[in-house]
Amino acid sequence: MTDTTESIESFRARARAWLADNMPRLADAARLSGDDPAHWERARELQRKLHAGGFAGICFPEEYGGLGLPYAYQQAFSEEAEGYEMPIVLNIPSFSICCATLLDVGSEEQKREHIGAAIRGEEVLCQFLSEPSGGSDLAGLITRAERDGENWVINGAKIWSTFAYGADYGLCLARTDPEKPKHDGLTMFLMPTRAPGLTMNRIRMSDGTDEFCEEFFDNVVLGPEHVVGRVNDGWTVASRQLYHERTAVGGGSIYTSGYGQPPTRSRPDIVDLVRRAGRAADPDVRRTVGEAIVMSTVHEQLVERVSAGIEGGHLPPAAASVPRLFHAEETEAHADALVRAAGASAAVASAGNAFEDVGLHYLCRQAGSLGGGSSEMARNLISERLLGMPREQAADRGIPFNQIKRGTR
Amino acid sequence: MEFELSSDQKLFLATARDFLEKDYPLDRIRRTGEETTGFDRDWWARAAELGWTALLVPEELGGGSISGNGVRDLALLAEELGTGLAPGALLATNAVLAGLVAAHGTGPDHTAEIEALVAGESIASWAVYEPEGQWDPLAPALTASPLDGGGFRLEGAKDRVEAAGQADLLLVTAATPDGTAQFLVPAGADGVTVEPQRSLDLARAFGAVRFDGVRVAESALVGRPGDDRAVERQLQVALVVQCAEVCGGLVRMFDATLRWAFDRYAFGRPIASYQALKHRFADKRTWIEACQATTSAAAAAVQEESADAARLVSVAKAFVGDRSLAVLQDCVQIHGGIGVTWEHDLHLFLRRATADHSLYGTPDEHRRRVAGLAGL
Repeated sequence: MTDTTESIESFRARARAWLADNMPRLADAARLSGDDPAHWERARELQRKLHAGGFAGICFPEEYGGLGLPYAYQQAFSEEAEGYEMPIVLNIPSFSICCATLLDVGSEEQKREHIGAAIRGEEVLCQFLSEPSGGSDLAGLITRAERDGENWVINGAKIWSTFAYGADYGLCLARTDPEKPKHDGLTMFLMPTRAPGLTMNRIRMSDGTDEFCEEFFDNVVLGPEHVVGRVNDGWTVASRQLYHERTAVGGGSIYTSGYGQPPTRSRPDIVDLVRRAGRAADPDVRRTVGEAIVMSTVHEQLVERVSAGIEGGHLPPAAASVPRLFHAEETEAHADALVRAAGASAAVASAGNAFEDVGLHYLCRQAGSLGGGSSEMARNLISERLLGMPREQAADRGIPFNQIKRGTR
Repeated sequence: MEFELSSDQKLFLATARDFLEKDYPLDRIRRTGEETTGFDRDWWARAAELGWTALLVPEELGGGSISGNGVRDLALLAEELGTGLAPGALLATNAVLAGLVAAHGTGPDHTAEIEALVAGESIASWAVYEPEGQWDPLAPALTASPLDGGGFRLEGAKDRVEAAGQADLLLVTAATPDGTAQFLVPAGADGVTVEPQRSLDLARAFGAVRFDGVRVAESALVGRPGDDRAVERQLQVALVVQCAEVCGGLVRMFDATLRWAFDRYAFGRPIASYQALKHRFADKRTWIEACQATTSAAAAAVQEESADAARLVSVAKAFVGDRSLAVLQDCVQIHGGIGVTWEHDLHLFLRRATADHSLYGTPDEHRRRVAGLAGL
């Protein structure tokens, strides 16, 4: 059903009917945490349903298994899918970052094989980018890939790979030429997560969840067909990933389907919380609730405006950092508001009580300001690329990577 | 504020900008000093000819918009005029017109007054605040007591009435036995006295108005007592105008501050090269984009009279009201001492933004309204 002449309204009506007949209601769904392996089996099953119904990969091109439709169709579908159980966990990073990047820079074969498999619910992708030795300075990474005949042998370590344990492939950035300046000697690989020599651990976070992973590569061997883009041009590929990541984290990706976040630790409803706390009459608490709603509403409005602005050519692509930065501010403000609104119950609550989540949610208040590039990096990007302000001094610019000073931690 | 404008809208805004710059450049506003007396009436009549008072009024009542979406056109105009810090009765008259049009057909007929306002022959203002009181439009202390022979007798006081000294008509909120009502009262009626007040905004004058036994006919009623829809519509239009004009001023002052940061050197390099300032510029740029996003969403909701309009105007006011001041005060900080001098333009915009922050409900009052509208 990829008739591009179908009107949005007809598409929407068809989606509504199909969803009602085929997708489970969210209210009936088992509460599986995003870090539970069963959640991943369920997500793949739901994605297979979407594909069988002809509603998967709405904005991906037809030749790679998608529907090739404009974003407005995806928005209509996501609106109709509210209240249904959707494979939300596949949105970021698999579809909106990894598949979007393969679409930009992957080989024809990679696009056909991996984007199609992801849309069919057979494959999940993740990112192997950050390393233990560096956070914001991504291009300073030290994982190395060395030639062995036509193959590559990879050694090193990665960290903060979101949902890697649920994935089949990771986009792995490695150094292939240490004699070149840091951005010029990198290559991107599509690495099977179960490749021999790869060890993966899950990282336990301060709130008790463990959706992030770390990986160790001990002589992982990859053939030439695993290179994404050109050898030593990995930074171009990574830049596309970072762009798609900013867009997706900010909420403006055309490749996500369905609204909401995976339920690793869902955000408590502040209005409900205040009612339970018996504080609805307190003017200060009412102000706090109002501010939380104002921030999330403005965030949604900003995402919509900047997405439309970039799509229409009224704003440069660098503007994608604007909603990204505001997203962090919004999540911080919301976490603060929840703690203030909950009062004494933020610290001590009965097990399984909604108040328990408030305090745990607060422990990861900075997550929105750290994930997908820190807020400080977003501020650099906005000031330098959007406002044209002078770039930060870099002591490693133009210097061969193996001559750059490195810290010991 | 909006990305795509029609050629008619572009022409409308360019004409407004030229008209304002010719007659009221910023220097003229600065020269008025602290004794704000208002604006030139002939100038306002010519502004009305350009369509500034017609946008919310249907054609059968003598009005007409540029794009068919009058509220959005008004927001664009307010943004343009906010960029130039226009004096005049744009907010006051359009808020009153919004109420008169909303109430049209539900009470006494005010077609003649609407037409005179659209033509710029008359000026109106909403008398809603009361001395010592905060924003509470549906709980006026001013009373309108029904008279035996018909009509009402108004007793009480209003203040912070925009353009009170120049208004011909005052739209007065009053308590009646049947609930809150609004009356359209001639400023020259017996028993009405106007005292000028001091206004922080140099381009806008305000006054206090006493109503001592003012007798009005039944025909002065706007809509019906107890019907609050017109009051809500007036508020929505006032908030859209406030937010839009503040957006215009913010962009102008942000751009000026960014240029300053490139031109000003300290320790041998432009201050724009310091990360401590770059990051603050990034925040301000982000907040201004968010101000525009929420203002334009509010204008669209008021245009469509959507069920969510009340919430979205309060969201916009709460956000723009506070963030505009944060942005402007940081622009002052980045300018250094020059930013707090009389000769610099910054204080002119800070005055306007502070007035818009404080009037028609403060950001905190609107946050509480948002909580109430969310079912709390």
